Amino acid sequence: MEKEFQITGTSLIIHLPAEVDHHSASRLKETADRLIQEENIRRIVFDFEQTGFMDSSGIGMIVGRYKNIRFMGGTVIAIRVSERIRRLLTMSGIYKVMDIYEDLPRQSGLL
Amino acid sequence: MSGENEMKLEFDSRSCNEGFARVAVAAFMTQLNPTLEEVADVKTALSEAVTNAVIHGYEGAVKKITVECRISGQTLFVEVKDGGKGIEDVARAMEPMFTTREDCDRSGMGFSFMEAFMDTLEVDSAPGRGTRVRMTKTIGRTEPKYE
Repeated sequence: MEKEFQITGTSLIIHLPAEVDHHSASRLKETADRLIQEENIRRIVFDFEQTGFMDSSGIGMIVGRYKNIRFMGGTVIAIRVSERIRRLLTMSGIYKVMDIYEDLPRQSGLL
Repeated sequence: MSGENEMKLEFDSRSCNEGFARVAVAAFMTQLNPTLEEVADVKTALSEAVTNAVIHGYEGAVKKITVECRISGQTLFVEVKDGGKGIEDVARAMEPMFTTREDCDRSGMGFSFMEAFMDTLEVDSAPGRGTRVRMTKTIGRTEPKYE
């Protein structure tokens, strides 16, 4: 299985679990925040490939990480988003601060 | 066709039970022959209500949450109840993006999602008297998407 957290340069890729709820989000944000600090992260990529379920706790987790990294001039993107997840991102308004790509964007140098 | 059916769950207000409650309610509603989208809608709304009980109602303390479901005809009735601290201003709590817990990364979208994904939503709460959320959704009203 792929590791949940993957660091490439100053990018942190978070391979989100099947269900992103309050339970899993609490655990994710703890590790993410530690890595953001220790590894000088400038970009967070939320990879939804495995994710079938998300609720507002997931939205809160993403917004929280965005706030943390924006403070240092960082950006947040989402990739491999299902129609359902895309709808939740749109409803919550975070798509305004977060670009959504089919896959890792080439220009990021992550491929 | 589906007639009448009822179930009741009572469980500890631990975050690991949020997933359990979602799966149990999703399984219960399968007798209505819902689309995947309808199941996802109910799971999201239920998850919001249960998470509210865990975080806001009991503020992390371990007490009991009850989820009751009833089916009548093609309509699913869901009730989520806690005996926690209650909501001071329900109208305000239901405003999109309003949260009392920005400190723990809450988006303030919980009630908005419940409203968006269910047909009706009713919230009964008072400080010190717990919270009861009642939601309904009629299944099979819209044509399945890919038919």
